[in-house]
Amino acid sequence: MPELRIENLTKRFKSETVLDDVGFTVEEGRTLVLFGPSGSGKTVLLRCIAGAEEPEDGHILIGGHEMREVPPEHRGIGMAFQNFALFPHMTAFDNIASPLAARKLPRDRIREDVERVAKLLKIDHVLSHAPRALSNGQKQRTALARALAAAPSLLLLDDPLRNVDAKLRFEMRLELPRLLADQGATVIYVTQDYKEAMALGDRIAVLSAGQITQAGTPEDIYRRPASIEIARLFGDPTINLLDVVPEKDGGGVFVRLSGQRVPLDGGLEAAVGKDCVLGLRPESLRFAESQDGIPVTIEAETPFNEKTVTLVVTERGREILISRPAGTEAPSEGKTSIEVESSEALLFDRATQSRIVPDQGGGTSEAAA
Amino acid sequence: MDHMSLTEKWLRGIALTLVVLFFMFPIFWIVLMSLQTNETILRSPPSMVFEPTLKNYVAIITGKLDSHVASMDIAFMRNLWNSILLSVCSVAVALLLGVPAAYAFARHKFRGSEDIAFTLLSFRFAPPLLVLLPLTIYFQDIGLANTYFGLIWVYQLICLPLILWIVRGYFEDISPDLENAYRIAGHSWLSTFRRIALPLAGPGIAAAGLLAFIFAWNNFIFALVLASADKQPVTVGALAFVTASGIQYGQIAAAVVLSIAPTLALALYAQRYLVEGLSLGAVKG
Repeated sequence: MPELRIENLTKRFKSETVLDDVGFTVEEGRTLVLFGPSGSGKTVLLRCIAGAEEPEDGHILIGGHEMREVPPEHRGIGMAFQNFALFPHMTAFDNIASPLAARKLPRDRIREDVERVAKLLKIDHVLSHAPRALSNGQKQRTALARALAAAPSLLLLDDPLRNVDAKLRFEMRLELPRLLADQGATVIYVTQDYKEAMALGDRIAVLSAGQITQAGTPEDIYRRPASIEIARLFGDPTINLLDVVPEKDGGGVFVRLSGQRVPLDGGLEAAVGKDCVLGLRPESLRFAESQDGIPVTIEAETPFNEKTVTLVVTERGREILISRPAGTEAPSEGKTSIEVESSEALLFDRATQSRIVPDQGGGTSEAAA
Repeated sequence: MDHMSLTEKWLRGIALTLVVLFFMFPIFWIVLMSLQTNETILRSPPSMVFEPTLKNYVAIITGKLDSHVASMDIAFMRNLWNSILLSVCSVAVALLLGVPAAYAFARHKFRGSEDIAFTLLSFRFAPPLLVLLPLTIYFQDIGLANTYFGLIWVYQLICLPLILWIVRGYFEDISPDLENAYRIAGHSWLSTFRRIALPLAGPGIAAAGLLAFIFAWNNFIFALVLASADKQPVTVGALAFVTASGIQYGQIAAAVVLSIAPTLALALYAQRYLVEGLSLGAVKG
């Protein structure tokens, strides 16, 4: 089970730079989720690793071996394509068997292996079908089975759940981590769905316009996003972003929302007086018990199954989303006030769009007090 | 189609009948002619009533042409054999060369690839006489004039561009991911070409091959100029019926029927694939 290391990878199509100095490492047996909006270069990156595209610059090392001159068939990779890429003129069985056949295994052994992986993915009853006779979910599983069949040490999964229906996606999201863990392979999983990213990744690398903008654990990315863009990509409903200018007095660093003080981490002293953006996760807000919160008017309430999202408007006309678990008591209309869990509040520089990291050493934290 | 009114159905039927009559009549007429003697053909006014005879076919197959003046030998069956040999070999060579070339043009954009592909296509719209004169001269110099080899070579001007351009479209329509997937699964480039690209472009290759065969079969001018009697195909061989003692319409008709029979049979058999193949290649899906 090798480690995968990408160094300074650059890929251009004509004058357009699709991957710009990308580098990261996936430790052996771990799953890295490559997350990013469409067009950010995720698929191109996978293709470079698989050998379907040749990068202009940089290194791809699998288990310490440079892959530059190694053709795709000798890289020992299993890959599932977003569009499935099933061979239309072969049965599901032959599709799944193709990596095994390439390894020139005996007939019985191939049959055994195909049936094992097909059973695992619950497609053993459709093995004799041609791809066009399969449902989308079955196609997706066949493509996955083909990638897994030869037990590759490096598995590349290109948004495999994108083209399947919501129910199956939910099921697979639960099944996949176990499946991948059983394989023991090093995995790169590409997705545009932040929930999938959070559920499947040991680590997440966020790719944006051809560059890795942040890499870290799912918790890192969610709680300490490097930029406004990343904060906005993760979380549903999306993070509330409010233009603020932090102030400081004897009580510490704070911002004003509708005249009310919202205390911030004392380490943010450097941001005082700057144009900033305050990021508040909808679930870090709650309706205040007392009247000393931020006064708001309730605009609309949207109940989801597991949570209720409320849109409120401050006195200055700023819209804020609040999320709470379904069934909890809360006002549903009229004027009320809200409180901020200030330890969860994020502060971004409005000019650079990146997060202002609290200075650990300096200042007293009013929020902690 | 189900909700077509009766009038619409009738009009459609009539229109189709007219079209079929218009295009099928010459074939029908030539079959009739092939079953008559020269005398009944040349009656005025022409009549559909006659006593059918197989004399013309017998004459052609045995190679003995009997007119009332003299008897002469013709080598029509030899011409037919030449046609089959030339067409089959030309298409085989064109497929062997054209399919890999089409794949290269479809998958690898290299410097000048479009120019080369277009140059090959341009052979199809240059008038054959443009190349014939220089060809005749240097074929004589290098000893290729009046050889099957030389003719098959020249026939590539007809077959190769056709196969190249039709098959190229098919290869372009195959998702490159299918080939990537097969290679990543551990197969070599060559086996990916054989097991994925070739079978998936199969209908297109068959359609292109069939079209090329028909074009090669119908070719006249190349063989007329570059081949002497023993290498000539039917299209040129038919000229032999214009004899000093008159034109043998009956035998010409029988010869024409025999010479269109193979392509007609082939086209009828393969027309489903032909239509499917040609339209599949054109529509991206």
